[in-house]
Amino acid sequence: MIKFLIKGLIRDRSRSLFPVLIVAAGVFLMVFLYSWMQGVMGDMVSSNAQFNTGHVKIMTRAYEELAQQRPNDLAILGVNKVLEQMRNSEEKMIWTPRTHFGGLLDIPDENGETRTQGPVMGLAVDLLSQNSPEIKILNLTKALVKGKLPQQKNEILISEEFAQELGIQLGAQATLISSTMNGAMATHNFTIAGTVCFGITAMDKGAIIVGIKDIQAALDMPDGAGEIVGYSKNMLYDERAMKELTQNFNENYSRADDEFSPVMVSLREQNGLAEYLDVARSRVNVIIFIFLLAMSIVLWNSGLMNNLRRYGEIGVRLAMGEPKGSLYRYMIYESIFIGFIGSILGTLLGLAISYYFQYRGFDMGYLMKSSTMLISNVMRARVTETSYVIGFVPGLFAPTLGAIMAGIGIYRRQTAQLFKELEV
Amino acid sequence: MPLINIEKMIKRYPIGGREFTALNEIDLQFERGEFCGLIGPSGSGKTTLLNIIGSLDVPSEGRITVLGKGVEGLSAQEAARLRREHMGFIFQTYNLLPVYSVFENIEFPLLLMHMGSRERKKKVINALEWVGLSDKTDSKPAQLSGGEAQRVAIARAMVKQPELVLADEPTANLDADNSYNILKMMSRLNEELKTTFIFATHDEKVIGYLKRKIFLIDGRVAKDETVN
Repeated sequence: MIKFLIKGLIRDRSRSLFPVLIVAAGVFLMVFLYSWMQGVMGDMVSSNAQFNTGHVKIMTRAYEELAQQRPNDLAILGVNKVLEQMRNSEEKMIWTPRTHFGGLLDIPDENGETRTQGPVMGLAVDLLSQNSPEIKILNLTKALVKGKLPQQKNEILISEEFAQELGIQLGAQATLISSTMNGAMATHNFTIAGTVCFGITAMDKGAIIVGIKDIQAALDMPDGAGEIVGYSKNMLYDERAMKELTQNFNENYSRADDEFSPVMVSLREQNGLAEYLDVARSRVNVIIFIFLLAMSIVLWNSGLMNNLRRYGEIGVRLAMGEPKGSLYRYMIYESIFIGFIGSILGTLLGLAISYYFQYRGFDMGYLMKSSTMLISNVMRARVTETSYVIGFVPGLFAPTLGAIMAGIGIYRRQTAQLFKELEV
Repeated sequence: MPLINIEKMIKRYPIGGREFTALNEIDLQFERGEFCGLIGPSGSGKTTLLNIIGSLDVPSEGRITVLGKGVEGLSAQEAARLRREHMGFIFQTYNLLPVYSVFENIEFPLLLMHMGSRERKKKVINALEWVGLSDKTDSKPAQLSGGEAQRVAIARAMVKQPELVLADEPTANLDADNSYNILKMMSRLNEELKTTFIFATHDEKVIGYLKRKIFLIDGRVAKDETVN
């Protein structure tokens, strides 16, 4: 009997192929949308973490209060000691010092006179230490467009777009005009070692990457840094672990009565990211839920209609003496089978496309030309464990629910009524 | 003991908050091997009576015994078993399962009876021979003419050699030649296999073949005549 019914199912495309395609399409959209949303959210977090917030950040309490202004006059001093202590006490983390600064970048002509200049946003990182993690964290090797990474003192990287704007060549001199941490005017000469492109408009518009020791010298902040950022070694942001870490650190080292005592904040606690992430996450969840619901309704309806339109066949089978229970069971088995095959196909397709967009991404830079947010121009999907199973919710359960409801309709209807409906 | 015994049977349907009496005080007996018809205009209650005989519906009052079983007291499962083992149905619109071949359509009632494949094959081949469609074994219903499709439906009803075949307007969609052939075939099967045939019809061509004619008007038996 089962063989007979499977034969019928395979031959009747309106019962097999088309429902499978509908389920697969619905599941594919669900998987892809979910992965895409996760990717966009994850990108936002990782871009911020990569260039700005770290997974955690140590600053002075005073610096933290005015963090948006990057007040280097309130920077941490004795950074090496703090770093050593952190590296010893928190071995699962990567710790590295950074200083953000601003100023003018002056490009001289052959006579040493200003040829051109432009405002610059600078990031000083540890570039020259043997075990510096920054090359990897900032993905500098991949971001390098021309030239080489700095290998000597006073060599810097400049964003490719900015370099073109200033008409600057590799090996050229550039003078940073800024202010020291004590508020005096600072000038320092650098050599352009290479150009970089991060694919983040805010960074690519006018940024330079400088060695931390060079900027300590330039801004007169010996053994000082604006902040120390920490990353978990697997580079995945674990909110709970970071919260625990910051609590422990602050309990031990931070003192409310000393504005220069260190304070540690997690990624969530910086730049209003907590609210942003919560709002964005809840919106993403709402979007996913609405889509899940809509897709479930579509597939439920498809399952319901597929079975209701089989009144004729069902009437004949009942008339021939097939018990209602057996018919009902076969309808549900059929729906589960269709839902399962459709869900597998849809999930495979969804995962394939999601993986493609996870690695290749989709460049939306042309829409973000004036963006100052640290968001990657290349939007990527992100496949998580949930991506593998989320499609089965609408794909498997919704058509089965449709079949169950259609079956209840058949159960409640008098057999004679079904029989009568045959007489079209 | 008659094959079917109906005593003071009434069937009412709720229609628009009121009750419509489709069958009223029906008293009938059918013997084995009869070739008879329920005749009457639309709305006279012939299909309702056929449905109740076929245990597809139950009476509102009265008693009906089919093959010794009281239809009004049967559970859905028992009714399904009665149909599966002892009855065949022929519909006006054939109602063949479109995705299955002629052979498979005829085989279906035997599958419901959990018959072995060798026996099934033998019975289907016999049924195809009865209706003269041995050359259409692998055809699909869509490839058949109306007459051929109805012959397949007859073979499907007859393949398990049931005691009772219920046919609701079996020739309504057929032309005169096909109707003639179909009726002749059913008459022959009735004589050869001693199967009881009960038709619901108002088709003069069918009426001419019947050995017993039960005229229904407004849910009552108006006349019950046997043709010698």
